[in-house]
Amino acid sequence: MTTHAANTTHGSDPHGAAAHSDEHGAAAPGAIHPHITSMRLLVSVFLALVVLTAVTVGVTWFDMGDLNIWVALGIAVVKAALVVLYFMHLRWESPFNAIAFISALAFVALFLAFVMADSSSYQHNLHPPGDNVVVTP
Amino acid sequence: MTDVAHSNAAVLAPDLAGHNHDPHLAHHFDTPDQQYQSGKLAMWVFLGTEILMFGGLFCAYAVYRHNHPEVFEFAHRYLDRTLGAVNTLVLIASSFTMAWAVRCSQLGLNKPLKILLALTFLGGVGFMGIKTIEYEAKWKHHVFVGSKNKYRNDSLKGVGKPVDSNTEFEEEGAEVEPPAENKLSAHKTAPGAEGKAEASHEAAAKRSDVGATTWGRGIVDPNAGTPDEAAIRPTYADPGGLAAGVVPGHHGEMHYADLTDAQRQHVYTFFSIYFMMTGLHGVHVLVGMALIAWIWLRARRNEFGPTFFTPVDLVGLYWHLVDLIWIFLFPLLYLIH
Repeated sequence: MTTHAANTTHGSDPHGAAAHSDEHGAAAPGAIHPHITSMRLLVSVFLALVVLTAVTVGVTWFDMGDLNIWVALGIAVVKAALVVLYFMHLRWESPFNAIAFISALAFVALFLAFVMADSSSYQHNLHPPGDNVVVTP
Repeated sequence: MTDVAHSNAAVLAPDLAGHNHDPHLAHHFDTPDQQYQSGKLAMWVFLGTEILMFGGLFCAYAVYRHNHPEVFEFAHRYLDRTLGAVNTLVLIASSFTMAWAVRCSQLGLNKPLKILLALTFLGGVGFMGIKTIEYEAKWKHHVFVGSKNKYRNDSLKGVGKPVDSNTEFEEEGAEVEPPAENKLSAHKTAPGAEGKAEASHEAAAKRSDVGATTWGRGIVDPNAGTPDEAAIRPTYADPGGLAAGVVPGHHGEMHYADLTDAQRQHVYTFFSIYFMMTGLHGVHVLVGMALIAWIWLRARRNEFGPTFFTPVDLVGLYWHLVDLIWIFLFPLLYLIH
C-alpha cells in the first residue's frame, strides 16, 4: 500500500474543500496541487469579456481616425489577457509555462516588426499587380 | 536496505514491476505532480507554436492592410459583423463553460463536468453553424475562394478601370480598332521602340474603352539595362496608393465599378486572407470539438477527479487558445474602420 492509494478517492467531497492544495500537500508527497479558480472569478471574467466585446463593437460607431485600430487592438489585448490569466490560469502556473508562451508572442512581434519595416521600405517602389513591365532580354 | 527501497517506492515509483501504483502515473515520472507539470509545460510550448503559426497569417494581414487600407475598408463590408459579434459571444461563453468544467474536474464533480463539456461542445457547434451561414453567403455573393470570387475573375479578365497612370493614354483617342487576337501582343513591345510603344498605348486605351484588358500598356522599364531593371520602378510613389483617386467614404461611396483591376486583385487578397485565417481557425474549432467529445466520453467513465484531471485541463487550454485567436480575428476582420 502506497501513499498514492490515498489519493485515488475521487469525488469524496462534492464541495471540494479537501481538494485545495494545502490539505493535499500533507497527505501525499508528489501529489498534484492545482489552483482551483473560484466561480466568482470565472463569472466576473466572463462578464468582463462580454462587456468588452460590446465595447469593441460600440467604438466602431465613433470615427477616431487612425486611433480606431489601436483602440480595437487594445481591447483585444485586454480580453486576451483575461482569458490567458484566468481561464487558462497562467497567473498561477509555473513561470516556465509563462516564459514558453510569452516568448512565442515576442517572436511573433519580432517577425511582424521586421516584415513591416521591410515592406514599408520597398512598397512605394512596387508595380501594381498586372502592370507588365517590358524587361530587356 | 529494504527500508530504503520501500520508502523510495512510496514517494517515487510505487512498484518497478508496474503493479499496484497510480494507474495514471507513467513509469518515467516520479510523482503525479511532476507528470502534471510536464504535461502543462508541453501544452504551453505547443500553444506557443500555434501562436507562431497564426502569427504568419497575422503578418500577411498586417502587411496588406498597411499597404492597402482603403481596400480593406471596402472589402470588409462583405462580412456580417452581427454574425461575427454573435460568434464572439458564443466562443466566449464556451470558453467560460470550459473553464468551469476544468474546475469541476479538479473538484471531482463528475456530473456537472459532463454537462459543462456538452455545453462547450454545443458552443463549438453553434460557432461552426454560424460560420457555415457566413461562408454560404460569401458563396452566394460570389466572393468565395478561388474561381468562386468575382474579384479574382474580373481582375484577371481585366474589366476594371485602368489605373491612374494610364489616364493620359485614354485621352489620346485610339482610332485603331485592335484585332482581338492582338490583345496580348501589346505585352511584347520591344524596349526602346517608341513608335510601337505608343501604338500599344493606344491599343490599351481602346481596350479599356471596350472593357477589355488594361494590363498591356507597353510600359518600358526605365531601368532596363541597369542593375535596377525588372520589377522596381519609383513611379507609384504614393504608399498604398494603387487606389489614389478612389478614396472610399465612410458609408460606402466606393462601388464595385469604381475599382481598378489592381484594386480588385487586392480585394481578392483580402478575401484570401479572410478565408485562410477564419478557415485555419475553423479547423482548430473542429479539432477542439473532437477533443472535447473525447474528454466527455472519458468523463462518462468517471476517469477524472482531484488526482487526475490533466486531459480536461489541457483540452481546456487548447479551447481557450481557439477563443484567444478569435478575439483578435473579430475586430481585425469584421470591425475595420
